[in-house]
Amino acid sequence: MSARPLALSSRIPPGLAHAGLLWPSLGIILVFMVAPIAIMLTYSFLVPGAYGGVEWTFSTGAYEQILFERDFLDDSLTFTPDYLIIVARSLLQATVATALCLVISVPTAYYIATRSERVKNIWLFLITIPYWVNLLIRTIALLFVLRDDGPINSALLDLGVIGQPLALSYNGFAISLGLIYSFLPFMVLPLYSAFERFDFRLLEAAYDLYASRRTAFFRIVLPVMRPGLIAGSLLVFIPSVGSYLAPDILGGGKTLMIGNLIGTQFQGARNWPFGAALSMILLTITLIVLLWLARRAAQQQSN
Amino acid sequence: MKKAAVFTALLASTIAGPASAAGDLFIYTWGEYTPPEMVEKFEKTYGVKVHIDTYDSMETMLAKLKSGAGGYDIIVPGHDTMTILIGEKLLEPINVAAMSNYQHVDEMWRDVFWDKGRLYSAPWAWGSTGLAVDRDIVKGDDTSLKILFEPDDAVKGKINMLRDVNDVINMALRYLGKPRCNDNPEDLKSVLDLLSTQKQFVKSYNSETKELLVSGEAAVSMSWNGYAMRARDERPSLEYIYPKEGYTGWMDNVAVPKGAPDIENAKLWINFIMDPENAAMITNYARYANGIKGSEAFVDKALAGAPELSPPESAPAPEFLTACTPAVTKLYDRVWTKLLR
Repeated sequence: MSARPLALSSRIPPGLAHAGLLWPSLGIILVFMVAPIAIMLTYSFLVPGAYGGVEWTFSTGAYEQILFERDFLDDSLTFTPDYLIIVARSLLQATVATALCLVISVPTAYYIATRSERVKNIWLFLITIPYWVNLLIRTIALLFVLRDDGPINSALLDLGVIGQPLALSYNGFAISLGLIYSFLPFMVLPLYSAFERFDFRLLEAAYDLYASRRTAFFRIVLPVMRPGLIAGSLLVFIPSVGSYLAPDILGGGKTLMIGNLIGTQFQGARNWPFGAALSMILLTITLIVLLWLARRAAQQQSN
Repeated sequence: MKKAAVFTALLASTIAGPASAAGDLFIYTWGEYTPPEMVEKFEKTYGVKVHIDTYDSMETMLAKLKSGAGGYDIIVPGHDTMTILIGEKLLEPINVAAMSNYQHVDEMWRDVFWDKGRLYSAPWAWGSTGLAVDRDIVKGDDTSLKILFEPDDAVKGKINMLRDVNDVINMALRYLGKPRCNDNPEDLKSVLDLLSTQKQFVKSYNSETKELLVSGEAAVSMSWNGYAMRARDERPSLEYIYPKEGYTGWMDNVAVPKGAPDIENAKLWINFIMDPENAAMITNYARYANGIKGSEAFVDKALAGAPELSPPESAPAPEFLTACTPAVTKLYDRVWTKLLR
């Protein structure tokens, strides 16, 4: 019983003493997470002020606006797909980014994890270096690489491979590339740590027992990798859905993603409740994804 | 204990934002707009330390003021935003007309509709929102908005629009010959059709027009006159056009937001910028006309006859618009969302 942690717990029941250790983090969660979300939720049920701000009248108008619009002429409610298209595009872009990050990261992480200790550290170091620079600056730098007079197009033009600059910037392709570039390490690092913990003798054992490569992968490698895969996918998917900079800078502001839509509601459109409602939708999407994965993980466990 | 006190003070200042110490002036303005030499001169003359924060649109500024983020002594709103700020009682009445340097303000900018009798604000600079075109690519001398909205093949894919709902829709309305601040559904439908058709030829919706023009990414761009001139410095083939269908004129004004920490320093600054020699620095730096008589003598000779500062005889007069009503803003936002969805 030498594990009793604190002297003061001799008077306070141990459970409470441990709970006391939680207070700082609970405080931070309360002030920086619960309070802002509560404000957001409240604002989403109010009426927009004429020039920004809100008026304290209860309304579900902000949520109705996501699906319906008042007709120009007779003020009747009609269905509008505009905002759904923007939400769908955000989900699609994020899914594509996550999938491609996965494809790139699995071999990368495997390669790094199977090197010697010294080489491993060099690779991990190299992967984190770009992230010492601010995301905004990296995004603008990527734009400079991709655009018409950037190094890629200039080189290809000089070599005579192409006659016109390739449309690499200011489109959906550039946005995807930006998302992948922004969040790739969030996929590589969890996968790396999963591979690193992987006991490769298990694989040898599987082969010794006449497992095919396929079976070995699905029965041995994948279950061990799953937590890393899930963590990495979440870390890429969630910030991608709400991404603001990539569509803004690399997409040239030509197509909105949900983050940009929220931004315009607090600026040009001066509709704070709608911006708040959209933020709640984004939060809900994130929660649904998290819960779905948590349930799947639990099912896998029980199987 | 002393350490703790310093730490607490630091913490307090981080939480409270810019604190009002004696001898400070907090300015909230557009980027690349305030001449550093002017700031230096003011600091030397009055022993006041100047701090500058910048915004990239009136909406950003308005949103920040509305959300209660105070701590600024000076803001520089456009004339249409002035109407909103005065209406919402967000400005201090500082009676600019009674200041000693007010005598230098051009009559044209005294009894303006956005601040009758100049109770709240002094003129900072004024200009126009027209078109900048690369004459190496857009040949001829056409000054029609057709260049922008129904472009020739050479220009397709090389068009940049300002990322500003009002400016873009107003320009489209002018091209269609319809009234501004328009809430007519049929007219807005035509605007959306025009902009949607144009969108396939648009490279980006971006307000950093200078960089796009200088790099050659854009051959035609909506642009403010001063920005266009600075771009021409680096790419001489650029020309600023005053569209024959009309264009927006604007004036930025120096005002004091409600609850400014140091109104006296703010007044010092406002009187200071109305001095002709100081006002000339604004023009030399930002390349916009300033509205102060007698400043011409101090303006760089190279700028004197620049086409960006003096429209040709044939150009229509700039149109100074009032802020549109919230109902129109809402309709414009729907057009914008449909355009960019």
